[in-house]
Amino acid sequence: MTALLEFLNTYMWRLIFALVIVGVLPLLAGYVVLMERKVMADMQARLGPMRVGPHGLLQPIADALKLLIKEDIIPENADKLVFWFAPVISVTAAMVAYSALAIGPFFQIAELNIGLIFIVAISSMGIFGIILGGWASNSHYSLLGALRSTAQMISYETAAGLALVGGVLLAGTLSTKQIVQAQQGGTWFVFVAPIGFFLYLVASIAETNRAPFDLPEAESELVAGYMTEYSGFRWAVYFLAEYANMIVVASIATTLFLGGWLRPFGSIAALDFLDFFPPLCFFVVAAYCFYRTPKQPEPIQSAVMALFGGLCLLLAVAMALPFVPGLADSKPGLHGAFWFLLKVFLYIYSFMWIRFTFPRFRFDQLMRLGWYFMIPLSIVNVLGLGVYKVLRQLQWNRWPAFLLTTGGTLLVAIWLVWIAQKKAGIPGSVGDMTEAEG
Amino acid sequence: MADTRTTGFPGVEQTVLGADEIIINMGPQHPSTHGVLRVKLRLDGERIVDSECVIGYLHRGVEKIAEHRSYQQFAPYVDRMDYVAAVSNGLGYCEAVEKLLGAEAPMRAKVVRTILTELQRISSHLLWLGTHAIDIGALTPLFYCLREREEILKIFEKYCGARLTTHAFRIGGLQYDTYDGFEAEVKRFCLDFGHRVDEYEQLLTENRIWIARTKGVGVLTAADAIDMGATGPVLRGSGVKWDIRKAMPYAAYEKYEFEIPTGKNGDTYDRYLVRMEEMRQSNRICLQAVEDIPAGPIMGKVGKVLKPPVGEVYHSIEAPKGELGYYIVSDGTTQPYRVRIRPPSFINLEALDKMIKGHLVADVVAIIGTLDIVLGEVDR
Repeated sequence: MTALLEFLNTYMWRLIFALVIVGVLPLLAGYVVLMERKVMADMQARLGPMRVGPHGLLQPIADALKLLIKEDIIPENADKLVFWFAPVISVTAAMVAYSALAIGPFFQIAELNIGLIFIVAISSMGIFGIILGGWASNSHYSLLGALRSTAQMISYETAAGLALVGGVLLAGTLSTKQIVQAQQGGTWFVFVAPIGFFLYLVASIAETNRAPFDLPEAESELVAGYMTEYSGFRWAVYFLAEYANMIVVASIATTLFLGGWLRPFGSIAALDFLDFFPPLCFFVVAAYCFYRTPKQPEPIQSAVMALFGGLCLLLAVAMALPFVPGLADSKPGLHGAFWFLLKVFLYIYSFMWIRFTFPRFRFDQLMRLGWYFMIPLSIVNVLGLGVYKVLRQLQWNRWPAFLLTTGGTLLVAIWLVWIAQKKAGIPGSVGDMTEAEG
Repeated sequence: MADTRTTGFPGVEQTVLGADEIIINMGPQHPSTHGVLRVKLRLDGERIVDSECVIGYLHRGVEKIAEHRSYQQFAPYVDRMDYVAAVSNGLGYCEAVEKLLGAEAPMRAKVVRTILTELQRISSHLLWLGTHAIDIGALTPLFYCLREREEILKIFEKYCGARLTTHAFRIGGLQYDTYDGFEAEVKRFCLDFGHRVDEYEQLLTENRIWIARTKGVGVLTAADAIDMGATGPVLRGSGVKWDIRKAMPYAAYEKYEFEIPTGKNGDTYDRYLVRMEEMRQSNRICLQAVEDIPAGPIMGKVGKVLKPPVGEVYHSIEAPKGELGYYIVSDGTTQPYRVRIRPPSFINLEALDKMIKGHLVADVVAIIGTLDIVLGEVDR
């Protein structure tokens, strides 16, 4: 009994956090889907989902219910065990990866000293789910999708990993918590290593199979790629894994480059009024919800609107707690989570923005971009940041060191583009792409 | 499957994993075959070794139906061929029968026909642009295109009550005169539309990924295009300056100034540019025509019962997809003896096999998109 109590005492918070992650991440993923549909609609001069709940606020829940009760179809010649297991691998990898991420100085399931390596290692396991699912479906489209996915992951994991190495170099640690702490009081790493951030942005889009790198599931080519034969709940699990993965890569980028849970301009006392932003933000949303409540066409819509308003009000109150005398200690935890999630959503927003703007790459173009541009540049980027670090240790000022290293890396990038334009007719390619670029 | 192959070095043999060619069926239910086209692809990895088009899933026997309908009764059927350009289909049919009868529509009818047909060309090209962009992965242009297309469909609806299968024209002229404010509405649309085309071009024309995906893809040389009988933007994209509106003017096209845009390389990018420019030119024609619609009757002198003299006629127009021809044989009765339709999509589609060979799977959808086929017209 005492052993149990001791165990609980030690691990209680971690267990709670783990449950929160398992419970909230799918919900969050569902609402990221809604956000995507709304953002897409906004960019395309439409309204998006409007029927289920006011402004489609209940759409994710309706979708999830629909997918749960759909018939579960397994193709006749599929490898049933693998077919059943593959989506689970994907979603498990995405969720486990979240265990080492710190959403605040306090909110973290496991503080690992090898945090980042752990996250990268686990989230690359997700690819097994895609390959196995594509293979087990026994369909040509699925197989092609899985093959594309494999090649893409191998190419872009390298670039993403190397882009992360840059940030790790600057922080001098792999622990996610300490990486954020290294940015406290100083500048965020995105301002020290903008090229590294850019490389990670591109590589993480490719890693999460999002447009313009969504070749594994390219709808207009491969129907749905590796997910073609999946339906109902299994499909939903894949979908969840995809969006959970997006949240994971956005969280990594936030931790490493965007200062994690830190407030923007945290070190400038004159901008301390930004601390009022989190409660005010929720309060405004709550006020708008209440304002719109009586204007809903049906009582049930009004009820949902009022519920959302109440929820936001609750959050506003929670965010205002640190201003109560005696509770100031709760500030880093509560506000930290707010800023962290805000940055995550901004990062995901940029994903969506890119998705709805650009056409899709072709497979050979994708590979060429990866191997001829991303990987060399990320190696040079690591080198540049190493030089930066040495220069700083030699008591150089920040700006000359930054301009020298980033400028050097930028020159290499331009050189690489130039090379890519000159190189035409690479064997095994259709051969006109480089010519077209020139 | 293990397989022994030579490595290229004498005496050295190596067991490699056999890379067999696979055959995949693209369609008839596939998101980007624009209806019910089925393409059997033989793939080496992702490269297309061989392909075969299978059509006929939407065959309704339009030509046979014609033999059992009177001339007027058959007119609505042609709307169902290229259902995104019904007005153009109707124009071709009505003019062919008029030619057979030796009748002519009055000038006012001709001008209104020209305006509506050019609006239809714009709407057809808009739909092409949106779906083509989606095939290549750019999701957003479709909705902008549909927004503009909606304006055109509203004009159609106001004019004749239908949006898609309009049956806008009658043999000998028009059933309805233009509604009040027709000129103003067309003019407002046209003045606005010029900027809108520029907007679409901003999204795509200079986009590096778009260029990389379309330049050098699906090249059709001018000689090949002519040999295969390709017409319309597919032919003009290859650099052949052939447009029936200029070569054999019909309706009121003689009166208006417009250019025939042509491409150079005959690739998907050139065809894209040609169609974009065609939209501008159509817009220009509409603006000229709507400025000055002559007064007068809208129906020519044709009887209630049409009995064309024994004989045959071939009349073709420049539909949005290419040359749309009607070959009608009359035996002197009220029903045509035979109607043969030359559908541009069907003949342009024949170039597909040649164009996709050696390309990747992703290019297939780009090339199907660039051919701008409508299966209703291919299968009839």
